[in-house]
Amino acid sequence: MNLMLQSVKDSFEFERTKAINGYFMCYIILNTLLVQLPILVALIAADSISGEANMGTLRLLITKPISRTQLIIVKFAAATIFTILLLVWMAITSLFFSLFIFGADDMLIFRSKGDESQILLISKDDVMWRYLAAFAYATVALTVIVALSLFLSIFADNSIGPIIATVCIVLVCTIISNINVPIIDKNVRPFLFTSYLVGWKGFFYIATTEDGVPIKGSVENWAAIRNSLSILLLHIGVLLGASVFVFRKKDILS
Amino acid sequence: MHLLKYGLVLTAVLANVVTNAQENAAALIKKVGAKIELVNNYTAEGKMKTYVAFLKVPVSAVKIYYKKPNQLKIKNERGISFVPKGAVSINLSSIINGEKYTTLDAGIDKIGNTSVRVVKLLPMDDNADIVLSTIYIDEANLVIKKAKTTTRENGSYQLDMTYGKYSSYGLPDKIIFTFNTKEYKLPKGITFDFDDGEAAKKSVPKGLNKNQGRAEITFDSYIINKGVSDGVF
Repeated sequence: MNLMLQSVKDSFEFERTKAINGYFMCYIILNTLLVQLPILVALIAADSISGEANMGTLRLLITKPISRTQLIIVKFAAATIFTILLLVWMAITSLFFSLFIFGADDMLIFRSKGDESQILLISKDDVMWRYLAAFAYATVALTVIVALSLFLSIFADNSIGPIIATVCIVLVCTIISNINVPIIDKNVRPFLFTSYLVGWKGFFYIATTEDGVPIKGSVENWAAIRNSLSILLLHIGVLLGASVFVFRKKDILS
Repeated sequence: MHLLKYGLVLTAVLANVVTNAQENAAALIKKVGAKIELVNNYTAEGKMKTYVAFLKVPVSAVKIYYKKPNQLKIKNERGISFVPKGAVSINLSSIINGEKYTTLDAGIDKIGNTSVRVVKLLPMDDNADIVLSTIYIDEANLVIKKAKTTTRENGSYQLDMTYGKYSSYGLPDKIIFTFNTKEYKLPKGITFDFDDGEAAKKSVPKGLNKNQGRAEITFDSYIINKGVSDGVF
């Protein structure tokens, strides 16, 4: 908080204890989990096919009277349910526990946009729906990781490979998408799915009037959120389709 | 010889006029000060709007507590408020009943349709934080309509006041406080922001530059001289 408010402290007085509240803490926690959550999801999803192959049960499994397409979809659905439960647990622990411990108050958002830095203040009665929307968005974002892990899982006979591959892809793409260089901003970032994983933050970028007064219940750029969500859904569709295609053609020997 | 006589008389008259003007200005300040002195303490309720380029905050309901001689606190009981540090100067008593100063009459000016007397206050203490205060006094109602203050450490700020039902105590219904701010820059790469592909809108309010801010406080009610606990400050 001190780091964020360094240059503001000289010009303004405000009650810091009120600013460090449950809503703010949850936002910080969700930021720090940007990398950890995909790992947790990858651990389960990347094991779904390769784990069976490793134990030697995959060949047995596909002898059952279900199609390979059904098998992939069921594995995908199971990993997605795990992701939803993980996020519900996250919501309970990070949001509701934070609210229980630190209490509820207005929420501060610190944001860099281009060369501009901003501090947004959202009234406490305008925050909860944003978190619910953010968790719903995060479910879709993490489902992309599920689809990616599942796809990589098809090519391996043990779980370690696809897990590490998924984590590496997420990490490398996240690092690249956070390099603030104009050439990357324009030519690379739009094509990395990790650029859209943080789209949940869009729900906290409140729209303002011409005078800079936040408008209650508003979001600054709905179109950007919809666009990001569409791109993530497209990734899920393509990766799931590719998984089905490859798995149907695959010669299963283990 | 006659010319010299006239010259001396004219100089004496001018000196007298200037001295009278300074004395009148000092007397006017005293009268206004006496009016403000009627208020020992107050609790006011109002709404505060803050306009700063980098700060996007909603209109907040605030309570303002004042106690003589110069204790002032602005609190948002229902949420977080960013209160400009120089806002303590909205306590007019601190401007005109504070440190010792020399009074200079700077003539008559107009604010809207009201004719105001312009008085400059120069502190006698060379090390005082306030370098110069210019106040615009409505002589008919004995209230300060506007005050500009230049400080050594905290830049300059301006107060514009509108009076209504509490003008008999010298308390305004609305204050517009204009102040200096520093540029706000977050350290790069720590916020992991969502880039929505649009450039930031520069929303600097009219009449301000990007290193200036404005706080508007509209007072709904005052409770005057009913006591304010020290614990509030």
